[in-house]
Amino acid sequence: MHQLTLAEIAQGLAAKKFSSVELTQSLLARIAQLDPQLNSFITVTQDSALQQAKAADERRAAGETGALLGAPLAHKDLFCTQGIRTSCGSKMLDNFTAPYDATVVAKLAAAGAVSLGKTNMDEFAMGSANESSHYGAVKNPWNLEHVPGGSSGGSAAAVAARLLPAATGTDTGGSIRQPAALTNLTGLKPTYGRVSRWGMIAYASSLDQGGPLARTAEDCALLLQGMAGFDAKDSTSVDEPVPDYSATLGDSIKGLRIGLPKEYFSAGLDPRIAELIHASVKELEKLGAVVKEISLPNMQHAIPAYYVIAPAEASSNLSRFDGVRFGYRCEDPKDLTDLYKRSRAEGFGAEVQNRIMVGAYALSAGYYDAYYLQAQKIRRLIKNDFMAAFQDVDLILGPTTPNPAWKIGAKNNDPVAAYLEDVYTITANLAGLPGISMPAGFVDGLPVGVQLLAPYFQEGRLLNVAHQYQLTTDWHTRTPTGF
Amino acid sequence: MQWEVVIGLEIHTQLATQSKIFSGSATTFGSAPNTQASLIDLGMPGVLPVLNEEAVRMAVKFGLAIDAEIGQHNVFARKNYFYPDLPKGYQISQMELPIVGKGHLDITLEDGTVKRVGITRAHLEEDAGKSLHEDFSGMSGIDLNRAGTPLLEIVSEPDMRSAKEAVAYVKAIHALVRYLGICDGNMAEGSLRCDCNVSVRPKGQAEFGTRCEIKNVNSFRFIEKAINTEVQRQIELIEDGGKVIQQTRLYDPNKDETRAMRSKEEANDYRYFPDPDLLPVIIDDAFLDTTRATLPELPPQKRERFQAQFGLSAYDASVLASSREQADYFEQVVGISGDAKLAANWVMVELGSLLNKQGVEIDASPVSAAQLGGMLKRITDNTISGKIAKMVFEAMANGEGSADEIIEAKGLKQVTDSGAISAVLDEMLAANAEQVEQYRAADEAKRGKMFGFFVGQAMKASKGKANPQQVNELLKQKLEG
Amino acid sequence: MALERSEVEKIAHLARLGLNEADIPRTTETLNNILGLIDLMQAVDTTGIEPLAHPLEATQRLRQDQVTEQNQRDAYQAIAPAVQDGLYLVPKVIE
Repeated sequence: MHQLTLAEIAQGLAAKKFSSVELTQSLLARIAQLDPQLNSFITVTQDSALQQAKAADERRAAGETGALLGAPLAHKDLFCTQGIRTSCGSKMLDNFTAPYDATVVAKLAAAGAVSLGKTNMDEFAMGSANESSHYGAVKNPWNLEHVPGGSSGGSAAAVAARLLPAATGTDTGGSIRQPAALTNLTGLKPTYGRVSRWGMIAYASSLDQGGPLARTAEDCALLLQGMAGFDAKDSTSVDEPVPDYSATLGDSIKGLRIGLPKEYFSAGLDPRIAELIHASVKELEKLGAVVKEISLPNMQHAIPAYYVIAPAEASSNLSRFDGVRFGYRCEDPKDLTDLYKRSRAEGFGAEVQNRIMVGAYALSAGYYDAYYLQAQKIRRLIKNDFMAAFQDVDLILGPTTPNPAWKIGAKNNDPVAAYLEDVYTITANLAGLPGISMPAGFVDGLPVGVQLLAPYFQEGRLLNVAHQYQLTTDWHTRTPTGF
Repeated sequence: MQWEVVIGLEIHTQLATQSKIFSGSATTFGSAPNTQASLIDLGMPGVLPVLNEEAVRMAVKFGLAIDAEIGQHNVFARKNYFYPDLPKGYQISQMELPIVGKGHLDITLEDGTVKRVGITRAHLEEDAGKSLHEDFSGMSGIDLNRAGTPLLEIVSEPDMRSAKEAVAYVKAIHALVRYLGICDGNMAEGSLRCDCNVSVRPKGQAEFGTRCEIKNVNSFRFIEKAINTEVQRQIELIEDGGKVIQQTRLYDPNKDETRAMRSKEEANDYRYFPDPDLLPVIIDDAFLDTTRATLPELPPQKRERFQAQFGLSAYDASVLASSREQADYFEQVVGISGDAKLAANWVMVELGSLLNKQGVEIDASPVSAAQLGGMLKRITDNTISGKIAKMVFEAMANGEGSADEIIEAKGLKQVTDSGAISAVLDEMLAANAEQVEQYRAADEAKRGKMFGFFVGQAMKASKGKANPQQVNELLKQKLEG
Repeated sequence: MALERSEVEKIAHLARLGLNEADIPRTTETLNNILGLIDLMQAVDTTGIEPLAHPLEATQRLRQDQVTEQNQRDAYQAIAPAVQDGLYLVPKVIE
């Protein structure tokens, strides 16, 4: 049963081949059995999951239908879930029982989805290896000595290991697409503003977007359908109708113009990955796509700009964690400053503190123009590059990551080396564009992802192309040994 | 040395919206602690702000009223600092692109001269909560009910040259925001709070001296006292060879002194940057036009109209126009009585002192505009004299009914029958035959003085009810004759 | 722009992060490595380029002025570290 995709589960539930309760029980048992190897869950919500499953079965018995009715999934542990710990992978929120539901959580619950729990993540979504979690590193099911990517590493590992068919994630600089690539999943970061950020604990507000991680594009379409939509509670939410993503999956991609940025294939890219990317391009050409080389001249500036903007926003977003109204508070503070300084120093891990410091510095008097404003200007240059490129092509294709998953601990003491792994993903966040990563093969037994980027609100196009690709390839169907 | 005082003010006005600037919590004053603090006001993880339209409209109203440039593209920024009454660790405010740009306000000084005060800007921001310092086992208690209440911070140019000017300016802003209906102006509840930037410089010097900011002064009287105290402190400091250090100070009304705030000792670096949870606010021309259409007649226009329409002096007009309630009251009285100058006098003098004595505002006046107007009508139609009117007014203040009811009940109607007055006079003159003799023997200059004596006697004899003009005429005839 | 120890301490204070004396040299080194990466940005010519704060450059929506929240103090304070009489407690605030 654990091999079923969301689409297959929907069919099975509709055909009454099994109930949501049966499915949920089976997956909960599997999580209990296998997750100790992976550490992909922070909290498993067995009781509420079974209640939700029972309710979904009753709704179905009463005649209700829906692709997500009774479908099991899990939420990255930065989506607030009322009455359930929402930790953000941090000691700071280890004791935080959220008093409300994130919009994404509420929407999926309303659609009848069954949440099995909260998945592990890099602390406050800051990381690309899922090693900075207070709850310990998550292991990659393809090789337990390797990282699953991050920051949505728990969601990725759980879905890749068939503990679940799909999970939610968030992507601020690649945190859906990169772990999807490193664990052989399909993961989509929607257009900025497509998915509500209400209740999604912020890392960098102008970059954060929630999205789906699943094994197929078809499943991403189903999950995104449940997540996307306008939300009056989020000022940056966009009031655009949500198309039927599943309806266009079968469209032909004949004549589709795909751009390959020449800057993508430079020295930093593992040549074995480059080869797999070119192979995926060939597949798309066979399906009728037309490929041409393009240029994104400012791409190289994206990492420095991102590592100013994201920490700057984070330094401010994370000021609310002060030990006063919720979350961790140090023992016996001797005065107010001591309360702040010790609660925050003890509650936040090293990488979070690094980024807060960098952000505070970039915004401080005398440095604002040189850092923050300069980064925002580069942000415009990067967006302009994309706007120009999309004059000539429909999609942009490239690797999701320059390297396959590295060994746990390999980059622990070198944040800069880890930052460089984001080179292909962060431009989409800076420009607010939608992007998808899909399986493209393996290097040394570790998965490789190919990334597609599209103009604003063309998630449907991305899913369509990925689905067509997955109809003629079988990378995405590969299962890690032991799972 | 002669010193010149330079004052600029930052006035925080709480906007009179129903809900907070970024959340749907009520803004009611005085509720139980933290019962009006929603997820957003508490800065819970994952929450997001959405801007209240009414707060924007109120700010624009203010901007239009001070003839300011409206920031049609204005931006919210985060001001980052840690304080327990600031739940998010930053205040959402406006920095580079405020909603209201440069404007000005004309204030009338005590001597009747009008001074124009420049307003640098006014921006929207959220209020903080409150720290309660009563002892909670050695701790402070934090109430976040006020957190997120919309504020319009109005920043003036350093244009004031005395504490009195500063107070006149605050009063003018106070009147204006109440006129506009954008703030209830309740200073005791903190609806309008004032930070005073004060410096001194030798008279004639062009550069400003080093300024100190006195935080949160919350009454007109304390503004004046705090500024004067601070000015004195600075002058004494300099004259003793010291130097003013730029700092934030608090005024202690009990000791009548200012002291440096400990919490503000360290230099702050607020790290302002555009709030990424909010988008630029665009105020289009349609929004401006509909807002402009809702503006009431404002004090300057009202003042001019009162002068032109009613022939009032500039001073009277400005006093009457200084609050919307008073101006409305006055106009209602004029409407009933038909005599603007009489109405102006009564509203400013008799009613003014009554309200003062009872310590109430004009909208809670024990004598309504209809009552006062009705009484003045009886003066103009000669039913009662001005003197009797004071008795009637007192009776109205005691809740004894309308002027007509009181005049009737007390028999205060003026006597205008010449025959009756003549009879009273004859009786009075007969009783004062000696004085009549003296009068007739006296020269013109002496007679003038003595005439007053007879008028007084006549009014006394008529119990004040005889028409004074008729008394004058008849008396003259009788004494000359 | 390499950070000195004193600057690191200043930033840590601004951000209210208590630094462990022993960690300061390593934190300084890490921050300098990160700033070294970021400083690559200074070479980019951005003359005449407008800063971009939000990818979609949309404008702010306005909410109707309506009270939509009810008192939920008990629920919200159930997760607070220290409360008394409905107030959040902190070490004494000195003005």
